[in-house]
Amino acid sequence: MRVTDPVLTLRAASFGYGDVEVVSRVDLDIHAGEVVALLGPNGSGKSTLVKGVLGLDAHLAGEVELFGVPRDRFRDFTRLGYVPQRHSLSASVRATAAEIVEVGRLPHRPWWRPPTREDRRIVQDALDVVGLGDRAGEDVSTFSGGQQRRVLIARALASQPDVLVMDEPTAGVDAGNQRVLVDVLHRLVARGTTMVIVTHELEALEDLITRVVCLSGGRVDFDGTAPAYAAHCGVHSAGDDHHPHLTPAGPGIGRDTGVAGPFDTEHDDEVSPRA
Amino acid sequence: MPDFLALDFMRQALFAALLVGIAAPLVGVFLVQRRLSLIGDGLGHVSLAGVAIGILTGSAPVLTALVLAALAAVAIELIRVRGRTSGDIALAVMFYGGIALGVVLISMSTASSPANLTAYLFGAILTTSASDLQVFALLAVVVLAVTVTLRPRLFAVANDEEYARATGLPVTALNLTLAILTAVTVVVSMRVVGLLLISALMIIPNASAQVLASSFRSSVRWAVLIGVLASIGGVVGSFYAGTPSGGTIVLVAIAIFLVATGGAALRTRFRARRHRRAEAHEHEHGPGCGHPSVPHGDHVDYVHDGHRHAPHGGHWDEHADPSLPTPDPDRATATQGEG
Repeated sequence: MRVTDPVLTLRAASFGYGDVEVVSRVDLDIHAGEVVALLGPNGSGKSTLVKGVLGLDAHLAGEVELFGVPRDRFRDFTRLGYVPQRHSLSASVRATAAEIVEVGRLPHRPWWRPPTREDRRIVQDALDVVGLGDRAGEDVSTFSGGQQRRVLIARALASQPDVLVMDEPTAGVDAGNQRVLVDVLHRLVARGTTMVIVTHELEALEDLITRVVCLSGGRVDFDGTAPAYAAHCGVHSAGDDHHPHLTPAGPGIGRDTGVAGPFDTEHDDEVSPRA
Repeated sequence: MPDFLALDFMRQALFAALLVGIAAPLVGVFLVQRRLSLIGDGLGHVSLAGVAIGILTGSAPVLTALVLAALAAVAIELIRVRGRTSGDIALAVMFYGGIALGVVLISMSTASSPANLTAYLFGAILTTSASDLQVFALLAVVVLAVTVTLRPRLFAVANDEEYARATGLPVTALNLTLAILTAVTVVVSMRVVGLLLISALMIIPNASAQVLASSFRSSVRWAVLIGVLASIGGVVGSFYAGTPSGGTIVLVAIAIFLVATGGAALRTRFRARRHRRAEAHEHEHGPGCGHPSVPHGDHVDYVHDGHRHAPHGGHWDEHADPSLPTPDPDRATATQGEG
């Protein structure tokens, strides 16, 4: 894949649920090799945009293209690696890390075919990349939140995607796990993985990202490099909650202390009521 | 050979119990996973109306029950997808409507008696005809084949429906398939365990299996093993004790559940005494984390300031001294117990 290949193209795209339009008329081009942080205050439509692109929230208007193919005709789902926002993996039944990650291989084979040795190797590789290779056979419900998050990243990696779409990968993760997580993302960037990361915690990911897109009220409010974003935020007066990060006033609120800061509390505000 | 095997009807009954003992937990595990444990019970209620329609119209009760249960299963799934709060009420109306209609219709029929009703509600395997048994066997084989083949996909959808949808899996079709599998299992099991007890055989062996297993794969194996033990044990027990097969089967399943949970609780207490938790640290051990790793039984220890830390759930345990020549194969603290 060439570096200039389009991964995601939005033209006046609107997303929401039911009749409620959460994201309105957004234009966005993301190309292969980019690592994009999608920022914005609670309710700004970050998660809705990502879920709309993935077909989980309603696409209400405009054009959405994935790898140059219109969304409704797109079938090459293995190219998308989705890491949903989850605080815990379902604990209703036992499931090992390898069994969860194995799910990432399913789009690669027809429904009647059992997993091959190659599938198992890829699952093990994905767990190795996130540093859980030696714990593949353990029940995920015993894992910490950060470890579970890494299992979900491994699941997305197991589908060998061309782009990783992550919804709040670092939210609510302790400092030790957050460092490991950032290391994992660095490793993936070094491999040339394109990423779209919905986040509140730009600071933790600062070295990784090549571009910042900030949403506000369902519209793109800023689109540029991280330094330009920092400068842009400087324009806003201190105490303005509009851009919570990289401002002198409040870097990384509540991140290392484990105390919830005002911008770390968003979890489900953009989840549709039918969820 | 035990004397009961000399009897034709007992051989038939044991064969039916074997099929049900395998199929019910196999389908039930996905219901447990999706937290829909009571759906089987509701479908049992609706099936009674189906049985009654069959008796009243002179057609095969198995067939009418199957049709009605499948329709109800699809309706439940569609109500669930729409996610209305009134969906809960709609299910209650459907389930109680089913059992009420069944009772009323059966009472109107001249061909049936209260004993007949009891047989459907609580199971009376010994009265099942050979032709019914053939239909049950065929249906059970279909349920087994479909469940085993689709297991990875049913697991994926039950584990994380949103992710499954995002990766293009046919989520609705898979959920409808599971709904129909549940309906078929209910009907197949109705003569063995009865419509009011069928859900127990789908759920309780899985509840025991969750206590005994540490992976989905092994929990399914345990559930099937326990399901077969309970259904065969229940039929044999009912033969000697002269009790109804359904109730006996469920009581055996519950006895196994109590033994399993009791054993697990003892094991947890035993391990808690032997298990030493390492000091809390922010560092997250893993391959290449900077600490030397030492294979230790079925896991890897990391040497941390001269002592060994082993992963245990979300925290770290102290394991044997790394200066010792051979690590004590201390598997008990390594496998999972309390978190």
